[in-house]
Amino acid sequence: MLAALRTDARVSGARRWKDRAFTLSLWACALVALIPLASIVGYVVVRGYQGLSVSFFTREPAGPLDPYAGGIVQAFIGTALMVGLASLMSVPLGILTAIYLAEYGQGRFANSVRLIAEVLLSTPSIIAGAVIWSVVVVTMGSFSAFAGALSLTVLMWPVIARATEEIFRLVPQELREGALALGLPRWRVILRVVVPTAGAGMLTAVMLAVARGLGETAPILLTALGSDFINVNPLRPTDAVPLRIFNYARTPVEALHVYAWGGALVLLVVVLALSVGARLISSRQRSLMP
Amino acid sequence: MRRIEVSGLSAWFGRKQVLHEVGLVAEPRAVTAIIGPSGCGKSTLIRCINRMHEEVRGARVEGKVLFDGTDIYAPDADPVDIRRRIGMVFQRANPFPTMSILENAVAGLRLGARFPRAELEGRAEQALRAAGLWEEVKDQLSEPGGKLSGGQQQRLCIARALAVEPEVLLMDEPASALDPASTLRIEELIQELKEDFTLIIVTHNMQQAARVSDSTLFMLYGEVVEFGPTEEMFTRPADKRTEDYVTGRFG
Repeated sequence: MLAALRTDARVSGARRWKDRAFTLSLWACALVALIPLASIVGYVVVRGYQGLSVSFFTREPAGPLDPYAGGIVQAFIGTALMVGLASLMSVPLGILTAIYLAEYGQGRFANSVRLIAEVLLSTPSIIAGAVIWSVVVVTMGSFSAFAGALSLTVLMWPVIARATEEIFRLVPQELREGALALGLPRWRVILRVVVPTAGAGMLTAVMLAVARGLGETAPILLTALGSDFINVNPLRPTDAVPLRIFNYARTPVEALHVYAWGGALVLLVVVLALSVGARLISSRQRSLMP
Repeated sequence: MRRIEVSGLSAWFGRKQVLHEVGLVAEPRAVTAIIGPSGCGKSTLIRCINRMHEEVRGARVEGKVLFDGTDIYAPDADPVDIRRRIGMVFQRANPFPTMSILENAVAGLRLGARFPRAELEGRAEQALRAAGLWEEVKDQLSEPGGKLSGGQQQRLCIARALAVEPEVLLMDEPASALDPASTLRIEELIQELKEDFTLIIVTHNMQQAARVSDSTLFMLYGEVVEFGPTEEMFTRPADKRTEDYVTGRFG
């Protein structure tokens, strides 16, 4: 910080003071921007830390008489199950969409696909939940992890499709032409040259989508319902971490509030790890593309 | 060893016509140079010869390109097969960033239809030797291709093009982004490759055309001004505009 304030001795006094004033005010702006973030993270860590224990990660919820004896393991398993299922559906679908949009699509149909992805990207997530509820939950007659995963897919697919399309567009045209000029068919060029070159960027897109899926509450509430028991059957109602936080936060029981903060802390750490990982990977990616 | 015969070739980008009824004959074991000022359509012309022009959105071609007597624009012609037999080297070296030097050299074989893995290394050495790069890279074959110098990268791209054993080699200003020493290496290489290939090279450098080619095509505004033996073009040009261009009065 001191180095930034040091200015050339030949610069006139007035300009030096202006420079210092602006440098300082920019630092101040950065600090102000950091305050909310730091206080959120700090608060979640302080409150959530009390909730963490072995039973928190290994047990199902205990009765109201002794809440601390139980845990929310069923929520961790449910989140993993639903985000996993949603990834299985949205990753291939999103990447295929991106390949179509970046490598083949032109004209009205491609533009409408892109528009649909854009609209879904900014659609409130509860709408995805409501639609899946009326189409899947009502027809199948039960809330389920599968319906939850479907609603997450609706939200994750456009993130992957649009982000990956942009990554594909960053792959230099010269590489495609170089490969085509070797007498390789177009699909091989995409599979063996474009996709590997975009590889790390695609992984970043997937990680960001997973981070989004992890934190969704409203669509899960309408589709998977929640549960107090461990469930790995995709056709049965299932719990999820953000849903558990929501439910516990609404109760008047102090112990459950502590557990809600604990769940929030775990989610925050996982999402943070995914974002930092995505950053690290994409900074490595830049060296691949001139 | 194949002859390339272009006749009545016109090309468009969208509505804009960039080639007007161009003709050209490239003989085997000879270097045919295409020269002309920037924007005259020389790159478009060479890209029409292995059907790369149509890879640009909205691009269109009319006319004939005979490859050993067969029209490569015939309805049943397969552009993938044509590009395998008519190789191309681009202005900017474009090694594949995810591949090592060795993998780059044999990319066309590795990524193409089933090719015996055991033979890849031998073919890589053969191609790298032919491109005059083997001695410089033989100890770092597993390093990324992007780590090489600009001139070495371009020779790596030439090796990559040679590895699929094409019959014709097209070069689109292969030395324009290189320093004089690397340019000289490429020009020497062109002289060696000429023994085995039909070579067509685009260049905006007239001295280069004079040094390496046997016949020269001079283009202006998408039209052929003059086509003939290089020697004659540079000493007794038939057209006034050719004379002005080769003597450096414009361009």
